[in-house]
Amino acid sequence: MTESLVDRNLPPVTEIGAAAMVAVAVGVIFNAAYLPKHAPTSVAVALLVVAAALELTNAFLLSRIQDFAWARFKQVAGWFLLAYAVIAGMIEYAFIYDDTRGTQLVILSLMLALFMLNVPVLAAFTVARYERV
Amino acid sequence: MSAVAADAPVAQPFEIVPRKGLPIVALVLVGVVVAIARDARWGLVFCHVVGGGLWTGIDLFVGFVIGPILRSMSVPARIEFSKRFMPKMLLVLPTIVTMTLAAGFQLARQDGFLDTSNPRHAWVVVSFCVVGVMAVVALAYLSPANVAVLFELRKPQPDPRVVQKLMQRFVYTTGITGVMQVATLVIMTRLVS
Repeated sequence: MTESLVDRNLPPVTEIGAAAMVAVAVGVIFNAAYLPKHAPTSVAVALLVVAAALELTNAFLLSRIQDFAWARFKQVAGWFLLAYAVIAGMIEYAFIYDDTRGTQLVILSLMLALFMLNVPVLAAFTVARYERV
Repeated sequence: MSAVAADAPVAQPFEIVPRKGLPIVALVLVGVVVAIARDARWGLVFCHVVGGGLWTGIDLFVGFVIGPILRSMSVPARIEFSKRFMPKMLLVLPTIVTMTLAAGFQLARQDGFLDTSNPRHAWVVVSFCVVGVMAVVALAYLSPANVAVLFELRKPQPDPRVVQKLMQRFVYTTGITGVMQVATLVIMTRLVS
């Protein structure tokens, strides 16, 4: 008989990642709602900072986990990153194709980068937490 | 802490991502990019309507038909079902979601719905919000659980408690996206009427 990994106590990486994703989604919707005009920069920047802070918190929490299946984490994160880099590239192309310029393009691109980094972490963490080291 | 039986049934190897489906995914995505780059009206409408219809149909069917059936099945039966069902979903859903959203955004742009002065602009913003909720649920909870359950099922002796927990997440999140899809139906029919 071996112990189940279901009850393993780990930091709330999924919840924090979901909160970061909410901040990114609200930021993108806020910007898109003003198109083709420019949305107020202060709100968009605030949401961007919140999302970035949450993702950094997740990185810190992940770095402190001991006895974790890092090989599996890296494997899943790598493939997800490849897939979401393609998706993010397509979205970035659409931003430029649709004449998004200046500050708005910078904010949307940074939000896109945060989104692209967040999804692989969430998927890799969910897989690796149920792997034995 | 509970335990996993050492004499649990031995799992058979299977593909997490069905490689045979990848050329079809690539073909669909190239089609969407070509439709957008050419601003081809029929191509965009086709991608948006076909993709949206499939997305809504699959979400509602899985959330309200498959989900309740799955909950009533035994754990071994759920495992057998998941092994065949989840890899396909891993390819089908992201592809039709990308197809629907990319074409839909371009159509909204063509029709002027993105302009804040358009009387139907508010409906487009509401649809962004619904998509935002679905994206968070799908990318933070549903898709990771989908992949994790497939990795668990590939192990020589899958832990039924892990599978059950992840499948539970899958069933609840598809329920939420099902409700969001009903909202999408209301918004989209309102937008074009």
